[in-house]
Amino acid sequence: MVGIVIVSHSAKVAEGIYDLVMQMASENDHIIPAGGLEDGSIGTDAFKIQEAIESADTGDGVAVLADLGSGIMSAEMAIEMLDEDIVVRIADAPILEGAVSAAVTSTSGASLDEVIEAAEEARTASKLS
Amino acid sequence: MASKIYQCIETIGNRIIEQKEFLTELDREIGDADHGINMARGFTEVLAVLPKDSDNIGEVLKKTGMTLLSKVGGASGPLYGTAYMQAGKVLAGKTSLSPEDGKAVFEAVIAGIQKRGKAVKGEKTMLDAIIPAYEAYTAALDGGAPAGDALDAMCKAAEEGVEFTKTIIATKGRASYLGDRSIGHQDPGATSATYTLECIRDFVKSI
Repeated sequence: MVGIVIVSHSAKVAEGIYDLVMQMASENDHIIPAGGLEDGSIGTDAFKIQEAIESADTGDGVAVLADLGSGIMSAEMAIEMLDEDIVVRIADAPILEGAVSAAVTSTSGASLDEVIEAAEEARTASKLS
Repeated sequence: MASKIYQCIETIGNRIIEQKEFLTELDREIGDADHGINMARGFTEVLAVLPKDSDNIGEVLKKTGMTLLSKVGGASGPLYGTAYMQAGKVLAGKTSLSPEDGKAVFEAVIAGIQKRGKAVKGEKTMLDAIIPAYEAYTAALDGGAPAGDALDAMCKAAEEGVEFTKTIIATKGRASYLGDRSIGHQDPGATSATYTLECIRDFVKSI
């Protein structure tokens, strides 16, 4: 099953999204929040994200959902630092809706590309129609 | 006695820590009010973990970059982390530096920051200080100027770059949410980059 890493500047945001996602995708036990810095400050930590990616991978690859700009930068650095041969893609998607779509899709046994596509569809979904 | 490279990083770190409030204030105007706090936290850790006596310039710079990467938190973590790690890569194994090494470091640092931040000159970022600084430094050296003069030209161009950031709109980072309202404010990243270059100049001239 495709693993999912939720990267936010805030540990609370990452964990909160994780809680929401797990209501709908509890079959996937490779969804990992990676928010905030080690000392609890707001920020993103490439090393923490790297560890989360390594833990999330089962061999089927890992989808990363990130919040604001530097979350993406830290995720990119984390991917470059990976020692193992893990296929990782960052979704170009809103973090919350993208994570929910990605997680639900992953539980159907979808491929990494399909999970990323589901996450990115969340970008254009209307909430009012 | 602490190695020269440690002393140089210490000079930079102390300046950043000293300017923590001002950098944060600049970031409060157009960002998320954490640049000084983040950079000071990163450099406090750098000064605590760096080996004081190592004169392996590449190793010390790499360690500086890795520490900034994990401790700074905001966009400046990956950006300064990349900058120091790229510099470390260029200077791997060196225990002393020439003015020409400075050019190679600038080139690797600029390429690394551009790749990481996907920014170009004129987007109200640290590159608006660093790129003109590189151009001025290189032009001075190529024109036969002594290293000290090239370093002065570098800092002058960086300071002008900071002034230039007041006149343009931010299109990268958190400040881009403000659009036109970012005009009139200098970029915090360009400011901290200029402090870094000034510290390097002052340190090199002092030895």
